[in-house]
Formats: sequence, C-alpha cells, structure tokens
Amino acid sequence: MSKALPAIQTTCPYCGVGCGISAVVNQNQHSVDIKGDQTHPANSGRLCSKGSALGDTINLEGRLLDPRINGQVVDWDAALSLVANTFLETINKFGPDSVAIYGSGQLLTEDYYVANKLMKGFIGSANMDTNSRLCMSSSVAGHKRAFGSDTVPGCYEDLDLADLIILIGSNTAWCHPVIFQRIRAAKQARPDLKVVVIDPRHTATCDLADVHLPVASGSDAVLFNGLLSFLNTEQVLNQDYINTHTEGFTPAIQTAELSAPSIAEVAGQCQLNETDVQYFYDLFKNHKKVMSLYSQGINQSSSGTDKVNAIINCHLATGRIGQPGMGPFSLTGQPNAMGGREVGGLAHQLAAHMDFSKAEDVNRVARFWGSDNIATKPGLPAVALFNAVSAGEIKAIWIMGTNPVVSMPNADLVKRALKQCDFVVVSDCIAQTDTSAFAHVLLPALGWSEKDGTVTNSERRISRQRALFKPAGNAKADWWIISQVAQHMGFNQAFNYNHPYEIFTEHAALSGFENDITHGYRDFDISGLATLDQNSYENLQPIQWPVNANNPKGTERMFTDGHYFTPTGKAQFIAITPRPPVNLPHKDYPLILNTGRLRDQWHTMTRTALSANLNQHSPEPCVEIHPVDVKNYNLTADALAELESAWGKMLARVKITDDQTLGNVFIPMHWTAQNANDGRMGALVNPEVDPISKQPESKHTPIRIKSYQAVWHGFILSRAPLELSDISYQVSSKGDYFYRYELAGQQLPDPWLNTLKDTLSANIAENSEWQTYQDASLGSYRAAQFIKGRLNAVIFIAADHKLPERNWLSSLFAKVTLEPEARMALLSGLPPKGSHQSGKVVCACFNVGEKTIRACIEEKQLKTHQEVGQCLKAGTNCGSCIPEIKALL
Amino acid sequence: MPKLVVIGNGMAGIRTLEELLKSAPHQYEITVFGSEPHGNYNRIMLSSVLSGEKALDDILINDQAWYDQHNITLYSGASKTVSRIDRQNRKVYTQDGTVADYDRLLISTGSKPVIANVPGNHLAGIISFRDIADVNKMLDYSQHHKNAVVLGGGLLGLEAANGLALRGMRVTVIHNNAVLLNRQMDTVAGTLLQKELESKGLSFKMASQVEQLLGDENEHIKTIQLTDGSELDCDLLVMAIGVKPNKALAKAAGLYCEQGIIVNDTLQTYDPRVYAVGECIQHRGQTFGLVAPLFEQAKVCANHLTGHGVAQYLTLPTATKLKVTGVQVFSIGDFIGDETSETLQFTDTALGIYKKLVIRANILIGAVLYGDTQDSYWYQELLEKEQSITPIRDQLIFGKAYV
Repeated sequence: MSKALPAIQTTCPYCGVGCGISAVVNQNQHSVDIKGDQTHPANSGRLCSKGSALGDTINLEGRLLDPRINGQVVDWDAALSLVANTFLETINKFGPDSVAIYGSGQLLTEDYYVANKLMKGFIGSANMDTNSRLCMSSSVAGHKRAFGSDTVPGCYEDLDLADLIILIGSNTAWCHPVIFQRIRAAKQARPDLKVVVIDPRHTATCDLADVHLPVASGSDAVLFNGLLSFLNTEQVLNQDYINTHTEGFTPAIQTAELSAPSIAEVAGQCQLNETDVQYFYDLFKNHKKVMSLYSQGINQSSSGTDKVNAIINCHLATGRIGQPGMGPFSLTGQPNAMGGREVGGLAHQLAAHMDFSKAEDVNRVARFWGSDNIATKPGLPAVALFNAVSAGEIKAIWIMGTNPVVSMPNADLVKRALKQCDFVVVSDCIAQTDTSAFAHVLLPALGWSEKDGTVTNSERRISRQRALFKPAGNAKADWWIISQVAQHMGFNQAFNYNHPYEIFTEHAALSGFENDITHGYRDFDISGLATLDQNSYENLQPIQWPVNANNPKGTERMFTDGHYFTPTGKAQFIAITPRPPVNLPHKDYPLILNTGRLRDQWHTMTRTALSANLNQHSPEPCVEIHPVDVKNYNLTADALAELESAWGKMLARVKITDDQTLGNVFIPMHWTAQNANDGRMGALVNPEVDPISKQPESKHTPIRIKSYQAVWHGFILSRAPLELSDISYQVSSKGDYFYRYELAGQQLPDPWLNTLKDTLSANIAENSEWQTYQDASLGSYRAAQFIKGRLNAVIFIAADHKLPERNWLSSLFAKVTLEPEARMALLSGLPPKGSHQSGKVVCACFNVGEKTIRACIEEKQLKTHQEVGQCLKAGTNCGSCIPEIKALL
Repeated sequence: MPKLVVIGNGMAGIRTLEELLKSAPHQYEITVFGSEPHGNYNRIMLSSVLSGEKALDDILINDQAWYDQHNITLYSGASKTVSRIDRQNRKVYTQDGTVADYDRLLISTGSKPVIANVPGNHLAGIISFRDIADVNKMLDYSQHHKNAVVLGGGLLGLEAANGLALRGMRVTVIHNNAVLLNRQMDTVAGTLLQKELESKGLSFKMASQVEQLLGDENEHIKTIQLTDGSELDCDLLVMAIGVKPNKALAKAAGLYCEQGIIVNDTLQTYDPRVYAVGECIQHRGQTFGLVAPLFEQAKVCANHLTGHGVAQYLTLPTATKLKVTGVQVFSIGDFIGDETSETLQFTDTALGIYKKLVIRANILIGAVLYGDTQDSYWYQELLEKEQSITPIRDQLIFGKAYV
C-alpha cells in the first residue's frame, strides 16, 4: 500500500461560512480526498454536500487552459499587451471612467487587492464593482450606517451560546449548511434554544424552527419595526445602552410605532397570524442572548439597507450586541465577499474599509500607494455599471471570476450590453460560460485547488486557501494576470509582485496605515500581519480581524465596549419607514418571483455541475409554486411552465409545494445557457436597486406564468457530451459516466429521432448497435445505442412529461456491458424484475435515493433520521438532507 | 366392444387416441392404418433429422410397444394405405385388401404437398418435404450433389434449406414474396430472418417465380429458369410451397368436402359416425397447417368419442409459435394492421430481437415476436380476451413482468 500522504489545509471555495478543508492530494492521479478540517474553527471538521464533492470538480473538463484572443489561442504576452494597450487607448480617448472591472467574491483577497489598486489607484476610476453587490452590499450599507464601519460584530461561537436564534431571509439549511448543523447541534445539546425562521418560503431550514413566520415578501422591516415598538411598549429596552452608546433612538422608535403600531397591524401587513407574531416578539423579549442571522432575503431588496438597520435597531435598543451569544449577524454568500469588502472591491469603497466620503482617506491611500492618479469619487455599482456598458459609456470591461450574463438582474440587457461592448476581457477558470461567449480576450485563471492566497469568512476570519496542484495548462493566478497588465500599462513599480504574501502584507500594512488615535481608528486593521514573511504567510492559521498590536491573536467580537466607528463613537439608530418592493404584482404580472440557491449547486454551476452527485438532487430548473396557483394558472405538476416578467422569459419545470405561499413562486438561481436554454432566472429579475446599497431586488419580481405547450418531452443520457440544436427546452447535466439532457419542444420534426440517431452515430468511429421502441400514435420513441455491447446513449421521447425515472438508466452507464435482462428492460425504463430503483437522490454525500430510504424505513421499521443514517449513511455527513429524511419518516 | 378405426398414423390422429385413452382406456377396440412404415413420429422434427441434430428414433412419439400396450392394432406401410371407405357397411379397405369394421371412424389423413404447376415439374430430383422418405432422399442427394434449390420460403422450405446447407449443399431459396414466412411474419421480422439465414450461408431469390424446370438427358432436373430470365443450377429441387388437405379418400366416400373435409365444432363430418381431425379438415372455412390447433382438435374430438360430448372446438386467432432454424418466432392475429390500427414496435437488431404489437381500439389484435417469444402466451391471452391494454400500454411490449 502507498504510504499516507500529508494533508494540506485549505478553505472551501463556496459559501461564506469559510469551512476549513483537509485535502489529501494524489498528484499522480490528479485527485484529492476531501475532509473537513477538524482544527478549523469555522467548521470543526463538518462539510456540506458541495464542499464534500470538491474532489469531483478538479478535473480539467471545461477548463480554460490558454489565453485566447477572439477565440484563437495566443501566448500570454500577446494577450496581456492587447488588454493593457486597449485599456490605455480607451482611457486616453474617453477618460478613465470609460473602463471598468467587474470582480467576484470568488477572487482571493490578494487578487482583489491588486485589481482594486489598479483601477482605483492607478487608472483613476472607481468603476470596479463586484458580484458582492448582488449579495452583500445592503449589509455593508446597513453596517456602515449603524456602526460607522462595515463590521460583523459577532462570531460563530455565539451560535453555541445563544438562547434564541432568528434566521431571517436565509435558507441556512441549504445555503450555509455547516452553520445550520452547528445550530442543530446546539439545539440538540440545549433543547431550550429557540429558533425562529422568518421567510416567505417554508424551507428546509424550518426543520429546526420553533416557529416559522412566512412573512409577505418584502415586509420584513414592518416586522422588525413592530418588534422595536413592542419591546418599547413592554419596557424591556436597555435605556442605559441606548443613552450611553447610541444616537437617534427617538426618531427611530417614533417611525417604528407609526409604521407598526400593534401586533395586529404588523400581522396584517406581513400577512402573518397574530399569535405567531406575538410568540416571536415574546421570545425576543424573554431571551437576552439573541442572534439575528440574515442573508439574501434581507439584502436583495430595494429597501435591503433599511431592513438590515431595522434588525440592528432591535439589537441596539436592547444592548444585545458585542457580547457572547448575541447580535445581528450577516451570513455572507461567497467565500471571499468579506475579503473583497476589506480591500474595497465595491465601487463606492476605496480600500481597507476607507471610502470616498473623506478626502483624507483618499489622500491617505494615494500616499500609501504612491499614486498621483487615484480615483476621488465612487464608481458605478453593478446595475449602473452594466447600464453604462449598454449605453456605450463604458467601452472596455474586464470581468473576473463571475458570470453576470446569468446572475445579474435583467440579465438579457447585460447580455446585449456585452455583445455590443467594444472590448470585453474575461478571466475565468472555465472556458465556456454565458459571459465568456462575449469575450474578445479570455484569460485563463487558476481554479480552486490551484489558487494560493487568503479569504475572509462571515465571522471576519481570514484563512489560507492553499494550492493543491500546479496550475492547469497555462493558467495563472488572478493577481499575476492583473499585475502583468498593470505593468504592461506602465505601472511597473506599484505592481512588481512575485508572490501573494507580498500583496497580503501590503494590504495588511495599508489597513494599519495611519489607523490610530491621531488619524482616527478604522475597524479593519490587520497590521499585526503586515510583517509576515513568506514562510509565516504559508503557515498562517485562521485568524479573526482586527489583528493588531492590541489584538495580536485576532478578535472574536467587536463593539464589546460599546464603542463604534462613527464620528461620535456611538452607534446610530436609523428611522425606518418600511417601503414595499418597487414593482408590485398587478393583473398582467400577478405572481411574485423569489429566487435563491439550491442545496447542491453553487452560483452558475460552472464547478458544482462537474460533480455527478451534486447534479442529481435537482437536475433541472424548477419553479416551486403553491397547489392553488397551479390550479389557477392551469399548470401541471412536473410539466413545464413558461414564466415571463416585464424584463424577460424563462422555462422551468413545475414543482407543486405547500412550502410556497399563495401568489409566490420560487426559482433556483443557478442555471445558465450552458446547461439550460431559457433557464436563466436572471432574465426575469427586475433591475430595481436599493437607493443606498445599490443592491438589486432579486427576491421580488412580478411575473406571470402559463403552461408551456410542448408537444413532446424527452431526455437523453449519453456517454459523451452532445451538441443538440433546435430544441426549445434543453437542460444538460453531468452524471457518473454520462451526460443528461432534459428536452421538450413545441414541434417534433418527422425524422427527428433518426436525425438524432445519426448525430449520435456520427460521433463514433466504431459501429454502433441500436435498440429502439416506438409507439408512434402515442408519440413515444425510445432508443438505446450500444458500442460493443456497452451502453452509449439512451433516448426517451414522449408526448407528455410522464417519462420513466432516470436513476436506474443512469446507473447502467457505469457498466462495461449490460446483463441480458438489463438490456431487455432498458427501454421500459424500469429495472428488470427483482432489482429496485433507488429513486430521487436525497443524500448527495452518499448518493442515497428516496426509494432506498423508504424501503429501508419500512423494512427495518426505522423511527429516526439517526437510525436511517446508521443503516444507509444518508444524512450522516453534511446533514442537509435530514429534513427530507424526516419528511420520509 | 365398439370398434374405432383411425385412418392416418400421424400427429393429429394419434394425439386424439392419446386423449381418448386418458379418459376412456377401454371404450374402443382400436385399429390404426398408416401408410408410412413407422410408428407415430413427430413430423415437426423432421428438419432436425435432416440437419443431423436428431435420429429417427429420437422423433418417434409412439413405438410398437405403445400400440401393443393399448391393444391397438397398427397396420403400417404403403400396402396398408386405406383405399376405400364403405360407410354403409362401416368398413375400410386397404390396398392389400385388409379390411376393418368400425363403429366410429376417425379420418386423419393429413395433407399433401402442393406441386408447382410449371413445365418440368415431372423431372427426377424434384421432391417434397413431408415425411421420412423425403428426408432420406435429401440426405442421399447431399452426399453426391452440390446444388440444392428450395422452392418456397415458408417454414418448411426454410427448414429444408437450412438442413441441406448443414449437410454441405449450396442452397438457394426461391420465394414468391419479398418477405420470408410472409404468412407468419411482417417485413421487418422476415428481413431479420433472411439476414440471419444468409449469415449461415443460404442464398435467396426473393419475389421470384419459376418459369420452367429444365432437365438433363436422364430427365433429371439440371437448371431452373426464373421469370426474370435468370437461371439456377440445380441438382435437387425441394418443393415447399404449401400443403392442401388430403381429402381424396373422404370425398370418394361421399363425405362433404370443400378445400378439406368439412367438420362441425365437434370435429364430426357429415356422417355422424365419422370424425376427422388435423390438416385434412376444414372447420368454419379454415384449414390447418400448424400443430397447436391440431392438438386442440384432438382434445375435442376425443371428448366426443368418449361420449362426454361437451367440448367444442373454436377457431381461435391462429397463433404461430415456431422455431425456425433455431430462431424463436411467434405471431398471432392481424400483425400487419391498417389505417385504423396502431403499432408498437421494439427492435434490437444486434440481439436479433424484434417485437411488434398491433392495437385497434385499445385491444391487442396482432403480434409478431422474433427472437424473444417468452411473452407470446401472455399476448395471446390478451388478444383472445380482448382486454383493453390502455393501462399497461407503455410497458406492454416489455412483457408481463413489467406490468
């Protein structure tokens, strides 16, 4: 046996929990064994399904391996020169604001820092925004207003200490599964811990809830204004804290009482029942140690900043902040959204938690960077930035590690904008994305497992992301690419980096630069790390900022002394007048579209879709909708529906669920044109933004829905990927040894099946054998292709959507040859008698299907999910399927 | 004890006796006349003897001991061929003058091969494939001659062709239809079968007619001229273009015949003492060439001979379940269909499997199975019961296990 390989400690590249990973790398096989890092404070060894499946995403499939200009492979120098020269020319002709960078919470802090420095420090424009705008900026703005700084007060440990945890607009169970597991463990250890879930949807997170408040979409501020006025009426406010550490309470409470004078009024506006509201308010009243965790349900709103402040107000008014087990807590969506904020990656930020509002900050950064051309005013935030591209005002844009053609609201406008833009540069690790399709220059970046640098998680903890493998092909680190372009643009001195530690220490030095009593303190201070040498950087252990002379080992909690970073040192109450979403449903668009993440996919699926296991939980875009709405709009379960807003259209499969409230539908955000034509939810989403944070209102778009009149439905499973054209509904996903294509169309050309068979045969050198079934008058066509007895493809076409389950058929691709019984059973879609189907995947970690679980429950009379776990391992890793297992029980 | 005389020592007649003996072993004194010099044998398996898989002994159903054991008098051989029935006196006479009295007479004279009506059909070297004597002739030819031609691409013709090829002859099959076994199979199945046989070395002249047969100086067949002008060298010609009921004896005895001997639902002829079963009969307009309905007739006929008199023979849709040169084939009902019917079809060419089900108004009306016939009985049942297949349509072709 081979001897044990050493584990490399690194960080998960998905959500903002920032879990530590212990990776055992096999260089020869280019494979990696992923485990949770027991020593990492963020997760103590836990991992979710996505993190656990990282090993599936590291192969080179789909990777961008060389720089390309207009599709042609070129060397780095050619690509860098073209980018640098075009940016220079554009700046010379049209000024610095005619160029832009659009970055990503996927970038490492070092990458982010260099990009920001180039744009704001040397190009002299603040047109650098990032996809964190779509996810975090309302939290940033809310923090800034209340605390004077973008500071997350608490830490994950508070979850273990709290007596009441409120989850607001967060499907924690799916989007931050390890946090959810931590809460679950806390509740198991202390059954008295109360959990409240506030979400228009009944999500898997409600599994832990003592009460679920299905608030009317967009009404959160009313609920928290109501809470504030309730607490005031009940006289449980902390007057000492209010008096000593805050300002602005009076207008805040007056406004709150005006908008939410009574529980009855709150219940009415939020469409809740009074008992539940009362119960929630009483819980808050009676539990001092209360944490309010919130996420995109709060942030992605045209009044997201106000909602954040409405929550923070309640904590300030009770003094429940800055102490163990309490406080408002923003759950960040991306692995390094926090790092991006720290370097100043958003267009209104400058650097190191300084922005453009104070001239001395701008001056300070200019001096630190040694630049005489620093930007002096905020740049364009994401929606405005792409509008400017569309209007031709921005003529050259560089997009790094993100997929705005999918993820932006009004995504079709973004698509058109990029199509007509003079110069589009895309840095990505994946060759074909909806966005890279419009790139004049494609720059191959490193993927996770190759990147080397730092990230910051939701609790301000900086962790190293370490390289496990050498760069793929000619791919380079983002910081290197940006520095090289900067040097090609003539900024040699300022971008002469040879190693990420040089960037990190510069960033750390800037955070501590003139961060003192003389110049005023800033929250973000990691000056304690400014003197790291390469070796200590390599070995840097997870640490929470601030890290400075006073806190050399980092800082668990902020505001423990009630001192804030406002000019007066006091926290600010914000008077919140609740505003409804900008676009309300009306007769043409009567339903409210909500969007969000699925359990097993990440963002635009460029990586998670490489993992066969992760693709099985939900292989197609679906629209979750209440049964009565299904009736009202003449929809059919599991059939397709066409959704349309004033901005765009998409197709999705109808999934009936009581989890939705009447009039509200939910669509996962992940699908792109790479894997689903007409499956991009971004095309529907209204481009309304919060006036302060400029964050788009992605959780609320009026839409209409109708049944999609397909005359045929089908699917293909194929060992090799296929190019299928002229099919109106098409969703692809990758499985183990096969690719899956879900299809539907409004016309079935006569020789369609034969054409398809020809296509499948044409790709193959060897002779293939076909098995076929047809019931022409029912429109049922099925075919299977074999090469030397090995299954190569199956095609199922039917007049309606009632097609056989894919699981058993999929499993056959793992076999070298099929047993005769299996071959004869194949086109029935059912396993030969005797074996059974495993059903829809419930546990993605161990690939356990619903039918397997049901059968086991029945056979062994299982009563609890733990027993199911003992029998089948299902639910014993990331645990995010436990609600589903419990539902089966 | 009443006397039962059976004319014909073939499968239908003897099966009737077997059925009779099961329920009434001592009811009759039985005499059997057979013109072949053997006991009762399984004619279906003649092809196995030809191909060499089986010997004559293997295909004997009942040897002399069986007749003895049941006190049956067997007269066999050409000279014992029955030449006359005297219905008035209830006697039968053989060529050599043997006479037998009867109280009940069972005619099971089988069928005669059809001889093509073309010039030269009298030549030597032209045979049928009907009995052991024919097999022996073919075996003899295969040892000294090269070129065999089989006229007729039906079941019998193909078996003959296959056997002769296995015996080392170069065999060409001439068939008047474009599809082999066109009465039992559709085009797809016929084509699959043809390919299968071609892979075994057989040649085919499809949709072809014989113009004339040319002989050598010894009046022995030498060349076959086809209507398209082409010619085939031929040392042995096997005619397998069908059979017709062997009704001459019955007709001469004044029994009413059309194509065959007319019987009613109890297998009784127009003479109440005289029954008939097998390929010699015509029942409700239909004649027979396959074994399954014969056995059913045997059951019904025996039931009446014993005097129970309750069974009725019903002409069910003809199901054909065959094994053609090792390939399982099944067909039933209207397997071609028309514009009012719908078709389900399954093919796996590499495995040599083809299934076709024809449906009209949600009822299975016909089926062809090629290569995989394990569900043939189930399809037959569905068809005969005229059961609606709507609820199981999607899985129907995959078989009973999937429903």
